[in-house]
Amino acid sequence: MRLAGIVVSNFKRHRLRTALTVLSILVAFVLFGYLAAIKKAFEAGVDVAGKDRLVVRHKISIIQMLPVSYEADIERIDGVKEATHASWFGGIYKEPRNFIPQFPVKPEEFMAMYPEFRLPPAQMDAWLRTRTGAVVGRRTADKFGWKIGDKIPIQATIWRPKSGGNTWTFDIVGIYEGAEEETDTTLFLFRYDYFDENRSFGEGAVGWYYIRVSDPARAAQIALKVDETFANSAYETKTETEGAFVKAFAEQAGNIGKIITFILTAVFFTILLVAGNTMAQAVRERTQELGVLKAVGFTDGQVLGLVLVESCIISIVGGSIGLALSWRLVAAGDPTGGALPIFFFPPGELVMGALYVVLLGLAAGAVPAIQAMRLNPVDALRRE
Amino acid sequence: MSNDTLVRLGGVEKTFRRGSEEIHVLHELSLEIPNGEFLALMGPSGSGKSTLLNLIAGLDKPTRGTIEIGGERIDQMAGRALAGWRARHVGLVFQFYNLLPVLSAEKNVELPLLLTSLSNAERKRHVANALEIVGLSHRAKHTPRTLSGGEQQRVGIARAIVSDSTLVLADEPTGDLDRKTGDGILDLLQALNREHGKTIVMVTHDAHAAKRSNRVLYLLDGQLSTELAA
Ligand SMILES: Nc1ncnc2c1ncn2[C@@H]1O[C@H](COP(=O)(O)OP(=O)(O)O)[C@@H](O)[C@H]1O
Ligand SMILES: [Mg+2]
Repeated sequence: MRLAGIVVSNFKRHRLRTALTVLSILVAFVLFGYLAAIKKAFEAGVDVAGKDRLVVRHKISIIQMLPVSYEADIERIDGVKEATHASWFGGIYKEPRNFIPQFPVKPEEFMAMYPEFRLPPAQMDAWLRTRTGAVVGRRTADKFGWKIGDKIPIQATIWRPKSGGNTWTFDIVGIYEGAEEETDTTLFLFRYDYFDENRSFGEGAVGWYYIRVSDPARAAQIALKVDETFANSAYETKTETEGAFVKAFAEQAGNIGKIITFILTAVFFTILLVAGNTMAQAVRERTQELGVLKAVGFTDGQVLGLVLVESCIISIVGGSIGLALSWRLVAAGDPTGGALPIFFFPPGELVMGALYVVLLGLAAGAVPAIQAMRLNPVDALRRE
Repeated sequence: MSNDTLVRLGGVEKTFRRGSEEIHVLHELSLEIPNGEFLALMGPSGSGKSTLLNLIAGLDKPTRGTIEIGGERIDQMAGRALAGWRARHVGLVFQFYNLLPVLSAEKNVELPLLLTSLSNAERKRHVANALEIVGLSHRAKHTPRTLSGGEQQRVGIARAIVSDSTLVLADEPTGDLDRKTGDGILDLLQALNREHGKTIVMVTHDAHAAKRSNRVLYLLDGQLSTELAA
């Protein structure tokens, strides 16, 4: 657009004011991108939770364990396709801050339950051959630089080995990839049979069960059925969809999503006032010049466009640098050093971000642009 | 009544409303300006000279009456069409130059051309030509702040003639300049009239400036006359 020159030259007018406005928009979008990633981190598990997967835990809390014999009982229930279990190991790799979720599982059953964990068949074979074998997700492998063949010592915090001391040593036999970006690739999985034989207490106890149901529409009904089956036993259960389970887990930290949405709304409202004020001032101090433009033949629409474009450029410059920066920050890693297994810049949020950038530009420029459009050149030129 | 009449006003009324008060500025005013004339409009301050000029410029509409310029009834044009008409047919020169302070002289001159379909190269050529005519080619890259008043007014005049409109309307073009500099501007307007065939309407309160014109009209009590009645 050949009128762009006029717009660009206007930025030279109040460099500091323009720079500060751009900067505040920039900061707002850094926050937007970063908080979007954090929000996603808390929601991702719920998003990717299988609709056909249920989780069975002890009725009192997830910490209480269940008998391993439940697997067979569960699998007999009508509508249950398959069941498998996992447990919380809670060991430490080198330092407590290296947070890695470690689960003893039954390799074939667990990987069948989680087809979104992609493990090459050869590595699966190796796992089945190696009692001390462990399979880790790509993020964790990359984070610690682990390769297949590495021996990884894990310090037990709960499950001391029978063999004495408190170190368990695992052989990395496989690295799984996530089918999607949201897939959790931080898990450290090892064999339940090895775990059960080598733990110094608690044989036959597992943390929770996963169930795959044959018909997701009947999930609620089947969950009830499971809980009925174990009602009045020594180990009563609570069964819920995986989504509900993950959500309940995430909500232990409060309703992060709502808080973040609230913060972002406040940030955008503030930034709208800042940018809107800049544009209002810009138009006010240029009343006479806008009158001149109209006098030489610029239409009301063109003058409106000039103001809107100016407002959008400020927003786009600040917003795109802000989004790019937040992208870099997010790529640099999870701020908690591992507690958020899924931490990435959601592409959908980038699209939303771009949309907000343009919306902000239009909204901030709207009122001043309409004022400029309505400006009567005769009046504008009269005031000296 | 010949084809040589460029501007024709018939029975023009202009009333402003300020709250409940009505200000009758122009009353039953008629005027014909032949093509190629250099007309000076005089009259006391507040008599409506600028108002009349704005009507001819298509910046404002008469309360009643007709305004025909180059055969077109501009009082009947809608806003958008009128803006386009202004861009093609009139050049405005202001007392306080009204240049955009952030743009260089040549960019200021180029403004009206941005609304045309001319190519970049063609626009450059027209701008260079206009600056040449006003004798400011050597100041093309300067911003208004670095130019003297006389130079700024020359830039303003270059902007008024760059789209090659026949009609140039100047509202007190020397009003902010000292006598000597003002004379230079009047020389330029006279040259535009004589050598470039521009029809010029100049508002002035300075009899010395008015002498440069072909005809002087006085505006008083909303009417034009050839003599200063007072
Ligand atoms: N937009 C307007 N609203 C109200 N009054 C106006 C407006 N424009 C001009 N006037 C009034 O019309 C009269 C003529 O003004 P103007 O044409 O500027 O006079 P001149 O140029 O001869 O000094 C003045 O009384 C002025 O106050
Ligand atoms: Mg005046």
